[in-house]
Amino acid sequence: MRVLVCVKRVPAPGAKINITADGQAVDTAYLAFTTSPHEECAVEAAVQLVEAHGGESTVLTLGPAAAEEQLRYAASVGVTGCVLLPIDVADWDPQRTAAALTEAIRTIEATDGTFDLVLFGNESADSGNFQIGVRVAHALGRPMVNGVKGIEIDGDSVRARREAEAGVEVYVLPMPAVLGVKEGINLPRYPTMKGRLNAKKVAVRQLTASGEPGGQQMVTLLQAAEQVSETVILGRGADAASAVVDLMEELGLSK
Amino acid sequence: MSVLVVVEHDRGTIAPATLEACVAARALGEPVHALTIGVAADGLVDVLAEHGVSLVVRAHHDLLADYGPEAWGETVAHEVRRSSPSAVVATGTDRGNEVMAQAAARLDLPFVANCTEITPGEPWSIQRVRWGGSLLERCTLTAPVKLVTVAHHTHEASPAPASVTTETISPELDASLARTVVAERVERAAGVTLATAPLVVGGGRGVGSADGFGPLEELAAELGGVVGCSRAVTNNGWRNHTDQVGQTGTRIAPDLYIACGISGAIQHWVGAMASKKILAINTDAEANMVTKADYAVIGDLHQVVPAITAEIRRRRTG
Ligand SMILES: Cc1cc2nc3c(=O)[nH]c(=O)nc-3n(C[C@H](O)[C@H](O)[C@H](O)COP(=O)(O)OP(=O)(O)OC[C@H]3O[C@@H](n4cnc5c(N)ncnc54)[C@H](O)[C@@H]3O)c2cc1C
Ligand SMILES: Nc1ncnc2c1ncn2[C@@H]1O[C@H](COP(=O)(O)O)[C@@H](O)[C@H]1O
Repeated sequence: MRVLVCVKRVPAPGAKINITADGQAVDTAYLAFTTSPHEECAVEAAVQLVEAHGGESTVLTLGPAAAEEQLRYAASVGVTGCVLLPIDVADWDPQRTAAALTEAIRTIEATDGTFDLVLFGNESADSGNFQIGVRVAHALGRPMVNGVKGIEIDGDSVRARREAEAGVEVYVLPMPAVLGVKEGINLPRYPTMKGRLNAKKVAVRQLTASGEPGGQQMVTLLQAAEQVSETVILGRGADAASAVVDLMEELGLSK
Repeated sequence: MSVLVVVEHDRGTIAPATLEACVAARALGEPVHALTIGVAADGLVDVLAEHGVSLVVRAHHDLLADYGPEAWGETVAHEVRRSSPSAVVATGTDRGNEVMAQAAARLDLPFVANCTEITPGEPWSIQRVRWGGSLLERCTLTAPVKLVTVAHHTHEASPAPASVTTETISPELDASLARTVVAERVERAAGVTLATAPLVVGGGRGVGSADGFGPLEELAAELGGVVGCSRAVTNNGWRNHTDQVGQTGTRIAPDLYIACGISGAIQHWVGAMASKKILAINTDAEANMVTKADYAVIGDLHQVVPAITAEIRRRRTG
């Protein structure tokens, strides 16, 4: 089977997210980059599906040229094809991103064949638009379910499991289909030494990103109001237990 | 022109976030109309009227007996084409965002997810959640019909009784949309969940192993709470992802969150910050979790946690 995964390069912030002076981006001067954990799990799911059913997996990103790093990381854990849609800003709006990804998928499928499954993350880590996968699926005329924590191939269909408030929901989608994957579906593997070496050599195919700007345009990033609290130190080590239980009683938790 | 609220419900049980969406909708214009999807939601008219809705449009169709993102999204799109509201407001939940994304794709309109503040005008000026809540974005929205979802817990539900009328519609839904309607369910056993528990005992990398969670389980059980964890823990395979607190896990809001051996990375913090009180147990007095918490114990969790459980038991029997 043929599986495509869409991932997005994002900064990996630590204790606080700092913004650049012009308010246009996260200050990444001292940061590493990653993808959303949901997308890491989508990559792992693609690799596992191909291991189980044969075929090939491809990873696709729209982003700055440096996003090649996220493509090569996917290759290091077993994805076989890499496609980059370079843009010269950090990000495009959701409609424009979806249009560009759709166009790229059509281009790849025209020569290489249809993807049985296109996988997205549940949401991107930075902008969290909760829509790009849905838009791409609709443009391609394919069924889409988000928040998926279980994938099983059953002939021409895929059974997708997701956790909701009331319990587990199971969807049965005819393939080709599109799924948004949630962290927890699997435990992503770490790259092996051999994987890392392969990833350095893998060819990254570049396609031109195309798409008109959409109706949502970012103006600026803002810090969320910070909760400031003076931390009360209840004590050190096991001796603090009595003060902790006093607190619990005060909060009405331990009676 | 009307503002339309998309009512989130699960086979007739309304999602509380819907009432928050009603509050946001009332601030955007009048009249406020609501769309209920499926016969099971017909009984929601009264509660919607109490929250300011003057017309409830009830969509009936065989494909709407249970949830299906495509069938629901197409129903919203159908109602937008039929009644031309100025805006559509839905819940900033998994389902709310999914349905609005489907509707937006079908209408070829922009859609802004998880808004915290909306200022109408030309264009609309919106503040929305990024990074799961650790950063905000100000953006503009330009569209003939504005589609937005309201970030959960940013608008407090408040009644505003209205006199209500109802209307029933039968949207045209292609039979093929059955492909994403829920096919089977496994109901959850009743009981406290991580999202609703009054006490959460969280463990991080400092717990050291899957077995290391035993004492945390004991403390939680002693107080009717549940155990949560950080991503370092799920990544190590020590606990299931259903226990993970944070941006890509569960948002918790207990009376007390006891964070043991967790450094307090921003992605963990956004999942925990709605806790009423936070107690951090950490060997490092400078850890972010400690400096942000209300209370802290500096020390080795492997000694502190069992000592707390023992003290609770001692007082109960003593
Ligand atoms: C896009 C994105 C999304 C993410 N989503 C999430 C999420 O949903 N949830 C989440 O948790 N993380 C998430 N993360 C990961 C996050 O950035 C951190 O890596 C993670 O939270 C760290 O877990 P930790 O605090 O357990 O481990 P560490 O950062 O390693 O901290 C361990 C802490 O334990 C203390 N300690 C060690 N030994 C002891 C002891 N014996 N007694 C007491 N204290 C001790 C140390 O002092 C330290 O403070 C996400 C990351 C990204 C990039
Ligand atoms: N620039 C991008 N390039 C490739 N895939 C993307 C990009 N942005 C978003 N995606 C995918 O779409 C999913 C949903 O993103 P979003 O709608 O922003 O929440 C992400 O988890 C990714 O899988």
